Amino acid sequence: MAKTLSFNPDDSVHAFLTTIPEVTYGEGPLSGVTVAVKDNITTKGIETTCASKILKGYIPPYDAHVVTLLKDAGAAIVGKTNMDEFGMGTTTENSAFGPTLNPLDKNRVPGGSSGGSAAAVGAGLCDLAIGSDTGGSIRCPAAFCGIVGLKPTYGRVSRFGLIAYANSLEQIGPMARDVSSLSKLFSVIAGPDPRDATSVDRPYSHEPLKKIDGLKIGVPEEFFGEGVNPQVAEVVREAISTLESLGAETKPCTMPSMKYALSAYYVTCTSEASSNLARFDGVRYGPGLDSPKSWHEAYSEQRKEGFGKEVRRRIILGTFSLAAGYFGRYYQKAQTARQMVRDDFERILKDVDVIAGPTMPDIAFRLGEKSDPLQMYLSDILTVPANLAGVPAISVPCGRVDGMPVGLQIIGKYFDDERVIDTAYAFEQEGV
Amino acid sequence: MEERETIIGLEIHCQLDTRSKMFCGCSTDFRDDEPNTHTCPVCLGLPGSMPMVNKRAIEFALKVAKALNCAINEESEFSRKNYFYPDLDKAYQITQYDKPLAEWGKLLIDGDNGEREIRITRIHLEEDPGRSVHMGTTDRGKYTLIDYNRAGIPLIEIVTEPDLRSPKEARKFLNKLRATLEYLNVFDSEKEGSLRVDANISLKGSERVEVKNISSYKGVEKALTFEVTRQRNLIRRGQRIARETRHFVEARGVTTSSRSKEEENDYRYFPEPDLLPLRVASWVDAIDLPELPDARRERFVSQYGISSEHAKTLTGGLKLAEFYEAVAPADPALAATWTADYLLGELNYRDFTIEAMPRELFKELITLVKGDAITDKSAVEILRIILDAVKEGKEPERPQAIVDRLGLAKSSGDQVTQMIDEVIVEQPAAVADYYAGKMQALNFLVGQVMKKCRGRADPGHLNILLKEKLDKKV
Repeated sequence: MAKTLSFNPDDSVHAFLTTIPEVTYGEGPLSGVTVAVKDNITTKGIETTCASKILKGYIPPYDAHVVTLLKDAGAAIVGKTNMDEFGMGTTTENSAFGPTLNPLDKNRVPGGSSGGSAAAVGAGLCDLAIGSDTGGSIRCPAAFCGIVGLKPTYGRVSRFGLIAYANSLEQIGPMARDVSSLSKLFSVIAGPDPRDATSVDRPYSHEPLKKIDGLKIGVPEEFFGEGVNPQVAEVVREAISTLESLGAETKPCTMPSMKYALSAYYVTCTSEASSNLARFDGVRYGPGLDSPKSWHEAYSEQRKEGFGKEVRRRIILGTFSLAAGYFGRYYQKAQTARQMVRDDFERILKDVDVIAGPTMPDIAFRLGEKSDPLQMYLSDILTVPANLAGVPAISVPCGRVDGMPVGLQIIGKYFDDERVIDTAYAFEQEGV
Repeated sequence: MEERETIIGLEIHCQLDTRSKMFCGCSTDFRDDEPNTHTCPVCLGLPGSMPMVNKRAIEFALKVAKALNCAINEESEFSRKNYFYPDLDKAYQITQYDKPLAEWGKLLIDGDNGEREIRITRIHLEEDPGRSVHMGTTDRGKYTLIDYNRAGIPLIEIVTEPDLRSPKEARKFLNKLRATLEYLNVFDSEKEGSLRVDANISLKGSERVEVKNISSYKGVEKALTFEVTRQRNLIRRGQRIARETRHFVEARGVTTSSRSKEEENDYRYFPEPDLLPLRVASWVDAIDLPELPDARRERFVSQYGISSEHAKTLTGGLKLAEFYEAVAPADPALAATWTADYLLGELNYRDFTIEAMPRELFKELITLVKGDAITDKSAVEILRIILDAVKEGKEPERPQAIVDRLGLAKSSGDQVTQMIDEVIVEQPAAVADYYAGKMQALNFLVGQVMKKCRGRADPGHLNILLKEKLDKKV
C-alpha cells in the first residue's frame, strides 16, 4: 500500500531546487524515510536541471538506477537539491539558481558541489541525502556542514541516470547525520546494474562495527602540509589519536604523487566534461530560439547563454586538453599522473588498512571568499586523490575550528568501503 | 603521354543486421515506422543515460574480421569522436580509434588483371547517428527535421589499403565484400543506406581527393570514374589537383567540392569512459564461419561439374547461390546456364532480385528443357511470361500450363516427318533448286516446315531431317 507524507520544509538555506509537497512512498527498509536527491540525478517526472539554466524545464522520462532502488526500498523522495552547476565547484555558489547557505553559519558556504544535499541533511530538513562526488563533492560539503558523506569505491553504485560531469571519476554516494544511517542508505543504493558497464557486482550489506583493534592507519605527511589550516590539522591529528586510543596503530607515510594530483584531476575532468556537456546545444533542451539562425550560430548562442561562467571555463579547458597536438601533452599526461596516484595508494595500502587525514584544508569559506578559480581548485587537493584512484573515502565530523565543523577523511582499499565505514563509526561512537 | 596509375582506397560503413541497437535495446527494424518511435534515453543521448554494448554486434563484427582474414585485437577500446551536428544527439559518436577491433586483413577479388588480394587496414565498430531531413536546402532551408530511429544502429567501418587500381576494381571489391557479408548473415543489403562508402582517389604523383557520401554500389564506380576523368583533365591542362573532400551528387553523377569551415573538424578523440575495454579472446574461437563465396565457388565446380565462370557468377550473392542449389537437382549444367545466362539478364531488365523467380517454376522449366519438350526460344518466352506476371503482382502460371495454353510443345517426330513430306510435295520448285545444288533452297524448305509447326521444332534438327529425306529420294 502506498502511503503519503507532506513535505513543506522551511528552506532558509536554499538547499532545494525542487520540493515535492505530497510524497508517495512504499514499504521497505527505508519506508517513510525522507531522502533528498542531488539535482544531477534524473528523476522521472521531476524537473532535473543540474542547477543550470540550460536544463531549466527538463523533465526526464526515466529514473536513475539509484532512484529506482530508493523507491523500491520505500524511501520518500522529497526533492532535488541545489549544487554547483553540473557539479563544477566546491561551494555551491556556482548554481544558476543562487547559492545554498551553510546551516551552521549563513554567511558561509555549505561546500560543494553537493551543497544542497549536505545543507538539507545538516539543517534537519530531511533524514538522508544522495550526492555525487567527482573530486570531493560529497566529502567537502559533508565536512563543511558537519555531517557524514561517503564516496564509494568506483563501480560500487550504478551511475546510470547520473548526469555525467566526469564519468571516470565520479560516484553517487550517501550523506547522513550519522554513520549508521549512512550505512543503511548505502546498502540500498550499492550493487551491480547492467545498464552501467563500469558497475561492479559488489553489493553492500554491512552493519557498522566499532571494534578497530589492530587497525593500521597510514597518515600521509602531504595531508598536513602547505595550504592546510594548522588549526584544522590539529583537530584532525587529535581525531587520529582518538582512533589510536581505540586500538588502532598509525604509521606515517608519503604520497609523492600528490603534487600531480590536482593537475591530473582538472585535466581529466574538464576533458570529459567538454564532451559530456556538448549535447546541450539547444536542439533538445533549453529555450527555443526567438529567430531562425544557422545551426552553428544557434549552438554558440545557446551555449553561451545557457552555461554559467565556471562551466564555460571548464569546457574550454577540456576542449583544449583534447585538441589535436595537445592531447599528448595534457590528457595523456594526466592519465600517466593518475596512474602514479593509483600506484601510491596501492603501495601505501599494502602496509596499512586505511589512510586518514583532513577532508578539506580549511573550514567552510565565507560566501564569495574564493572568487579566484585557482584558489578554489587548490582546496580540492585532499579529496581528488581518492577519485583519481577510485578508492572509497568517507568524511566524518571530528571537531570544530572557529565554531565550524572539521571533517576527518578516511580512505580505504578498493571495495573495502566496509572498513572505511567501520573506522568512521568507531570514531563517531567514541564521541567528539 | 602515358596515363598515370589510378590509386583508390575505400572506407566502407556497413550496418550490422542485429535485432537491437549498438548500445541499447531499441529495435533496429524501423523501416516503415514513424520517426523517433524506436528510441530510448540511451539512443536519444538523454542526460544520465549510459551505453550498454550489444554482444551480438561484436559477434557479427568478429565474423567479418575473421572472414576477411584480419588479426583480431584481444583488447580493443571504444572512443568518443566529438563533433557538433543536430542529428548526433550526444554530440559525440562512440567509435573505435587507436585500438580497433581488427587489423591487417585481406580480400581476394577478380581484378582488372586477374585475381588479386586487396589489403584491409582495419575494421572497427561504431554507432550510426540519426538522420536529418532538410526542408529546403541545407544552407537556406526553412527548417530541418531529425529522426533518431537510426541513431545507435551498429556499424562496422572497413578501411582498405590504397590497393585498388580502377573504378571497376572498386566496384568488384564492393560486390565481393557484399557477398561475403551476406554469406555471414550479418548484413541486409536491401535496407536503404545499409552500405555507405567514402573513397580516397588519386592519380599517381598527385594529391589525394576524398569522395564522401556514396550510398549505392553503382554509385561508387560512377563517382570514381567521374573523378578519374576530372583529375586527368586537370593534369592535362597543367593544373594542380587540390587535396580536398568532395561530395558525390548521385542524381547528376558528379562530385562537387565541399570546402566549408564546419567540416574541418578536430574530433578530439579520447577513450569512452563509460565502457570497459573490449576483450574478445574467449569469443573468437567460438565463432564458426559459414562457407564463404570462394569456397562455395570451388564446391560448385566440383560438385555440379559446372564451369568456373558460371560458378563465380552463381556464388556472387548468397540468395543467388541458394537459388542455384535449389534448382540444380533438375539438371546442374542446364540450371547453371539458364540461371547465369538467361534468368539474371531477365531479372536485371526488370530490376528484380533472384527472389522474384519462384524456384519450383524454374525447376519445372529446366525439366522441360532437359526433356526436349520445348525449344530454347519457347523456354525464354515462358521465363518472360512468368516474370511479367510476378511484376504485375499476379500468380504466375506453371511452365507446363503455359506450354499447353500457347501450344509451345515441340512437335513430335511423326508430325514433323509428315510436315516435311507435305512441304516436299507443295514446293517442287525449291526441291528442284536443292537438287540443282542451291543450298539456300534447303533453308527455304526448313522455313516452310517451321511455319507449318508454328516454330515448335528445332531448326537445326529439321535441317538434318530434310536433308536426309531429300538425299534418300535421289
